[in-house]
Amino acid sequence: MASDAEQGQLQPAPESFLPKDLVEDISRDGINAGRRSLLQGAFAAATASMVAPALMADDDPDIVNLPSWTRSLGKPVVANPYGQPSPFEANIVRRQSPGLTRTDQSSVSFTPLQNLFGMITPSGLHFERHHQGWVDIDPRRHRLMINGLVETPLVFTMEELLRMPSVSRIHFLECGANTGLEWGNVAVPTVQYSHGMLSASEFTGVPVSLLLERAGFDRKRATVLLAEGADGSSMTRTINLENALDDALVAYGQNGEMLRPENGYPLRLVVPGVQGVSWVKWLRRLEVGDAPWATKDEVAHYVDLMPDGTHRQYTSIQEAKSVITAPSGGQKLLKQGYYDITGLAWSGRGNVEKVEVSVDGGRNWRAARLEGPILPKALTRFHCDWVWQGEEAMLQSRVTDSTGYIQPSRAELVQVRGTRSIYHNNAMQTWRVGADGEVHNVQLG
Amino acid sequence: MSSWAKALVLWLCAMVMTPWTLALPEGLDDLGRPATEGEVAAWDIDVRPDFVGLPPGSGDVWAGEEIWLAQCASCHGDFGDSNEIFAPLVLGNITEDDIATGRVASLTDPGVTRTTLMKVPTLSTLWDYIYRAMPWNAPKSLSPDEVYGLVAYLLNLGYVVDDDFVLSDTNMAETQARMPNRNGMSLDHGLWSVSGVPDVSGSACTTDCNVLVNVASSLPAYAMNAHGNLAEQVRDWGPYPGLWTEPAAEPEQVAAASAAVEAAVAPEAALTAGGCSGCHQMAGQLVGPGFAAIRAKYAGQEHAAYVRDKIVNGGAGVWGSMPMPPMPAVDEEALQQIVAWLTSGEE
Repeated sequence: MASDAEQGQLQPAPESFLPKDLVEDISRDGINAGRRSLLQGAFAAATASMVAPALMADDDPDIVNLPSWTRSLGKPVVANPYGQPSPFEANIVRRQSPGLTRTDQSSVSFTPLQNLFGMITPSGLHFERHHQGWVDIDPRRHRLMINGLVETPLVFTMEELLRMPSVSRIHFLECGANTGLEWGNVAVPTVQYSHGMLSASEFTGVPVSLLLERAGFDRKRATVLLAEGADGSSMTRTINLENALDDALVAYGQNGEMLRPENGYPLRLVVPGVQGVSWVKWLRRLEVGDAPWATKDEVAHYVDLMPDGTHRQYTSIQEAKSVITAPSGGQKLLKQGYYDITGLAWSGRGNVEKVEVSVDGGRNWRAARLEGPILPKALTRFHCDWVWQGEEAMLQSRVTDSTGYIQPSRAELVQVRGTRSIYHNNAMQTWRVGADGEVHNVQLG
Repeated sequence: MSSWAKALVLWLCAMVMTPWTLALPEGLDDLGRPATEGEVAAWDIDVRPDFVGLPPGSGDVWAGEEIWLAQCASCHGDFGDSNEIFAPLVLGNITEDDIATGRVASLTDPGVTRTTLMKVPTLSTLWDYIYRAMPWNAPKSLSPDEVYGLVAYLLNLGYVVDDDFVLSDTNMAETQARMPNRNGMSLDHGLWSVSGVPDVSGSACTTDCNVLVNVASSLPAYAMNAHGNLAEQVRDWGPYPGLWTEPAAEPEQVAAASAAVEAAVAPEAALTAGGCSGCHQMAGQLVGPGFAAIRAKYAGQEHAAYVRDKIVNGGAGVWGSMPMPPMPAVDEEALQQIVAWLTSGEE
């Protein structure tokens, strides 16, 4: 689609209103009556759309011919009471991976990482993973119950939760199965499908520690929490209590507004650094306990199969990982010259300390520039200058986190875990740039 | 430093990092109220592997089969083996040896489809999940006895219990001790806690590293369009347009077809870009007449030339004294869309 590819590029402006075959015809046979009328038609059409003076060869028609929006009345306020992206951004949406699931209620939609900036995911583009569909909950009728090993089981209304002391923190949210399709071989074309079960938001809510303190939880016996949703699946997950007391939130806010229904409106658990399935949406209950619950999503799913046939159970932490989001798979470099290689890095154990980028498949590395603020268990944006001279290149990124952990190559990860564990694939990603500028998802070996 | 002093230091550190765990702000006790017993019972339906929370009751394989065929088989298949909607629950590949050892041996075989029964080590999980979330479109509509029966039927399909088996709250524990993969889980990993120890570590090499740079895997050409046309999934005016992965279509045909389909839908982008919306609204007079009135008056292709002329050159006197100015800023594509829409009303 050359015309798409060239859109927005500055084109020389010759007599572009003349059809090419007519020009060739005229130059071969000269002007006759029929051609004269054709020419007049072409001039008329051209001048009708051109109010500005005739174009000179070097003039950009988008400058010289004032566009319609510069010569017309704009739209009124509140044309969109809730603002919408420009229609020119219609391609940048959440998408499903065809064939991944056979019901849309227990399914996934992926965040379009390839075209996002910075460290925050717009709420409407936050990836979705539902286990039994999403629901619209009336906040007036929603309750949070805290029970189990507590002095007094408590019930909170949303109004009460919003009255409590709150904190706002930026954290990433990654599904444990993110990049799960890529364990065995390359299976998807773009970063949206390979890494798009990843988003980050500023979440606002009440610290779990405060709520448990209010209920008088049993510090001596309690080791775990059960989080439970109010949707049809009433999904449950066992949460590490020690970690939850550090930084988990019962959150109602996302990026300055209430949570989106697909992301748990009006209440969800935020468990920083831990895989998404534990961030129970439409949260209705926290139970304090002294032994894990072995819920469906921690014995039959979200268990990591190892080469010896055992399943790792209660795998929760998302270890350090990074990916180049642009240029990335399915895209094309149109011309040689400067490019800003950019991507995201994160760690469920702390901060991003360093990101390195290789353009030769991991033989040589140089430090990327990290964009601040660098926050714990949040996305960190990185950049790396690159001048492409038309050669084949293998782009990779590698993160080191604040514990000193270095993101493994695919070979290093597979050597320990095999290729069938589905979950927690944090291997380095490789994008191959061909001499034709096409970028493809590849695995090296 | 004595251990007591160390504990104190840790306690103080904890106070700095998580102040809420130590002191509640004054007045916070007013927020939240005690839950009643009935409320807790209504929501606290979870069942742990030690069967805390398990309601009394029982059900046999035959009763379970009957409910299964009525409420479960449409998704999971008559024998729990369907792969149509969800992954198979049971495929009849559990061996006596698996049940004896509590390890499903075929989990090491990549050629064997993993079923739920091959993985799940705890019977409590099946009971808890079916009771809380099934059936798919009517969760929480099953009674405890029905759930006992369904779990008995599933276990029977997997050769874990006999045809005449009755599952109840009194034999859940001994039945769980026959689960085929009860010893197949491992907690020996670093992914439970933030401070866990990683099992894999990457290399820190930065120069002339000894790595293989052969492409071992890439998408075959025929699969490039499996996720749709990639050119339409990126910012198409940005520095990295998407690859056109769809078989080429004739642009004119596509445009003509989509113009016909979209004629009935207001071309809002064109109306806005062309400046029309400044003076016209959908219904009712604004500065000029409402689009609805225009569409009613000029319904039919035969009016297209007239309407086009009025937009391009303007006019006056048809709808009142306010003249319609010429609208040269409307580009050709927008003009065609607007004319098609304005003349596409019912005649």
